[in-house]
Amino acid sequence: METLSTVAALLVGGVLTGLVFALVAVGLTLIYGVMDVVNFAHGEFLMLAMYATLGLALLGLGPLLGLPLVALALFLFGIVVYRVFVRRLLAGPPEATVFGTFGLLVLLQGAAQALFTSDYQSVPNPPLQATLHLGPIALSQATLVEGIGALVLTGALFAFVEYTETGRAMRAVAEDRIAATLMGIDVQRVNALAFGVGAACVGAAGALLMLSYPVFPTVGAGFALTAFVVVALGGFGSIHGALVGALLVGLLEVFGGFYLSPELKLVPVYVAYIAVVLLRPQGLLGRR
Amino acid sequence: MHVRGLSVVLAAAFALSATGGARPTAAADPPEIVIGSVLPLTGSLAQTGAGLRTAQQLAVDLVNGHVSYPLPMVGKSGLPHLGHARIRIEFADSQGKPDQARAAAEQLITQSHVVALIGTYASSTTATASQVAERYGVPFLNPDSSAPGLTARGLKWFFRTTPHDGTFADNFFQFFNELKKKNKNLGIKRVAVVGEDGLFGTGASDAEEAGVKKYGYDLATRVAYTATTTEVNSEVQKVKAAAPDVIMQASYLPDALLFMRGYKQQGVAVKAIMAQDAGFIDPGFIRALGADAEGVFTREVFSLDIKHRNQAVPLIDQLFRQRFADKPLDGNTARDFMGVLVLADAIDRAGSTKPDAVRDALTRTNIPGKLTLMPWNRIHFDATGQNDGGVGIIEQVQDGKYETVWPFDVAVRPVVWPMPAWKR
Repeated sequence: METLSTVAALLVGGVLTGLVFALVAVGLTLIYGVMDVVNFAHGEFLMLAMYATLGLALLGLGPLLGLPLVALALFLFGIVVYRVFVRRLLAGPPEATVFGTFGLLVLLQGAAQALFTSDYQSVPNPPLQATLHLGPIALSQATLVEGIGALVLTGALFAFVEYTETGRAMRAVAEDRIAATLMGIDVQRVNALAFGVGAACVGAAGALLMLSYPVFPTVGAGFALTAFVVVALGGFGSIHGALVGALLVGLLEVFGGFYLSPELKLVPVYVAYIAVVLLRPQGLLGRR
Repeated sequence: MHVRGLSVVLAAAFALSATGGARPTAAADPPEIVIGSVLPLTGSLAQTGAGLRTAQQLAVDLVNGHVSYPLPMVGKSGLPHLGHARIRIEFADSQGKPDQARAAAEQLITQSHVVALIGTYASSTTATASQVAERYGVPFLNPDSSAPGLTARGLKWFFRTTPHDGTFADNFFQFFNELKKKNKNLGIKRVAVVGEDGLFGTGASDAEEAGVKKYGYDLATRVAYTATTTEVNSEVQKVKAAAPDVIMQASYLPDALLFMRGYKQQGVAVKAIMAQDAGFIDPGFIRALGADAEGVFTREVFSLDIKHRNQAVPLIDQLFRQRFADKPLDGNTARDFMGVLVLADAIDRAGSTKPDAVRDALTRTNIPGKLTLMPWNRIHFDATGQNDGGVGIIEQVQDGKYETVWPFDVAVRPVVWPMPAWKR
């Protein structure tokens, strides 16, 4: 009985953790899918979103009410970054986007350090800290809201890309940029929009994370690394692939940590990653 | 350049350096004694470094000044046994990096000809800087690095005033023993040791595990994890499955918050969580956890509550605030302040600036605890150069504040035992 409830707790913990990983990763995969740019500053977008959430919370608007505002702010930030910066990188050789977005990472981290100091900061008295008991499973409201919120937003992004006119335009650009241009699609506009939507996703993730995590200038690194693994596992450019990859990472991490050792919990994750890269380089659900 | 031209320049340089060397004896002002300080003045530790620099400079100014406090060497207008020579402290930047710290120490010794070195905060930079001092035979006083291994290297010129992580772990068990005398039965047998797997957490966990054996407790489990982790589901389940009575933990803030929330969520019920400061003493800890932080114990190196033992504490705190944007004296700045006084005391007793004499005087240091800003019993170095009178403080979160509960002679509140059950 004791072991059964442990397994149940690990299962629920792994799934909820995976869902948050998914929301962080979908923005990355969307941007890659549409314009072949790996945004190395993705984790720093998350960091900015967390600081924005903190700022709103200090003004009296909690993380959940602040979420739409933060997502909107990151959407606009994403569009500006694309228009001013990434668009020019795309005109250069393929390496330009790698070094360019990496430079953006360094710039944003340094700016955050200068503006906000390297201290850890959290939302004062965050809401939803009570514990729920569902049969043998205990979980905090915050964890549940984070997981469900991430699932809903990932689902919404999937529906947007699959079923709306703009989403179809994005997929068209992803498939064949030149053909899309010939069909009258404004590629620059679609790219900017995809960058904005990708940033908005990570913005929403940042707001949700502030329910249980502090923010500091390098907070993005840990989450971004996981996001890269998730995207590579699920398939670059695939949104449902990112969801599957994230759940896999969450479960492997949690069960690996318990049955091997917490220090080794990322070993199963990276073994799976290497196996996928070797046997199915396009990722579990990627196309090529 | 012509060979003759070169020799003229060399001769001129030689003449200059010769007159430069002759200057101090010819001058009428009292001689000046230069000590070198290596600190992280730029880089990610720059904020801490700025505080430490301020504290050390304050100590130097008080030694050179004439206002007296219940502290060694303060207010005697310099060093009496050296004709009231004034101390000057020269700072060099480690950038928080081991190789830079080595270069900074080298520069202070070879170019500034310092009498002794002090520094450097981070254990990794102290390790390299003190190796340089050892090679040149210059006394090195370390007031603020806590890795136990630093005094296990067999160095002849290395002295550390602060207690190390081993001492702090031992304090937890001394605390239990003294508490047992008051409470009779604490109801603890099984101890879970949880720590991040870097130098800090591993050192602390090793020391705690040694204490578990030494004091006759059972090790319920030992969990090591990577501090940058974003979730601790499996770690918390491991602790829960081991059913400990006490958790001893070494974590930084993000992971400390994840663990605390995990313990609450999974209903991990223990008599006490004993933390090794770091994340558990960060201002963000109580702010983020609110009522869920209640009852947590953490060790600390310093508290303004020590004013109950030495009235200099609030006075030095006041002076420090005036110089450092009204930030209070803390464990790091108080230890660095004391470090300068210990050096000044040794140089004065040596009556000389010769390295051997200063080293010899350091080995004979014996400053009573009541004449320090710290909770220590005394400052006295054992054969390894470690202060054997060092003690930490144990604080407990009570009504949303860190309150000193041990050592009992500086405690301001009684211990709440066991810690309260989790709120819903």
